Amino acid sequence: MKKISIALLFTLLSANLFAQPGAGIEMADFMRSSGKIYVVVCTIAITFLGLAYYLFSIDRKLKRLEKEHH
Amino acid sequence: MSITIDKLLVYIDRPWWKITGVFLVFSSIFTGLLMPVPALPILHETIRNLYFHVPMWMAMLAVFKISIYGSLMYLRTGDQRYDLLSLECVKVGLFFYVLGLLSGMLWAKYTWGAYWSNDPKQNSAAIGALLYSAYLVLRNSIEEEQKRGRIAAIYNIFAFPIMIVLLFVLPRMTDSLHPGNGGNPAFGKYDLDNGMKLAFYPAMLGWSLIAVWITTIRFRIQLIDYLKNSIN
Repeated sequence: MKKISIALLFTLLSANLFAQPGAGIEMADFMRSSGKIYVVVCTIAITFLGLAYYLFSIDRKLKRLEKEHH
Repeated sequence: MSITIDKLLVYIDRPWWKITGVFLVFSSIFTGLLMPVPALPILHETIRNLYFHVPMWMAMLAVFKISIYGSLMYLRTGDQRYDLLSLECVKVGLFFYVLGLLSGMLWAKYTWGAYWSNDPKQNSAAIGALLYSAYLVLRNSIEEEQKRGRIAAIYNIFAFPIMIVLLFVLPRMTDSLHPGNGGNPAFGKYDLDNGMKLAFYPAMLGWSLIAVWITTIRFRIQLIDYLKNSIN
């Protein structure tokens, strides 16, 4: 039984090796398509979100200051 | 027509329009850079600048319009806070004016061949920038508060229509390289399936809201300063 299961394990392991030269190993290909333009889009989006967050936090700080003065 | 400052401050406090502005600009980054655009000679992909260059001018117009409101209300009520609102609007408006000019110059370099080609639209825009810079110089040159407020308000009310004529009327009456001017069609004509509008309109509204938001932040800082001085 042990021998059979080891043989089966090695057979399954070798199945891996046959798949190796095939196409489709690169899995995260969305961000790499179209000359990686999506990476640029995401960079701009992150930058803009950061600025927006900054504006919101200034807004909050101002509200605190306004409460102190009223 | 007459919304009091206190009512205005309640609207300023609401977060929904700020979130809307951020969401609209955020969405226009994706739609503007990724959606298909008409393939045109010379322009190529730079046609996408439409989603980022033109909204700067829209944002500028939005805050300049509010500054007119501030000036009118100042003349009617004499409340100095309206004068401060108007002042901050002009400052932020000028900031977006400069962003519009610079982005336009960069776009012109790669489509018209030079950063500045003395095109009627460019020259008019430069004169308009001087016109509004003069508002700040004029306002800062007067010491007495009420006199300063009144003269600045009247100047501001006259500056707005002159700016409109300079930017949107005069360039249309002569030959200009700028789309939508002097027999030169705007991009809407090539946008056969109106697909560009999906990114263009949200960008226009979104950037306007963000300009207004920045203005309100500056205005509130001024108000705190104003209250501090009036108590002492």
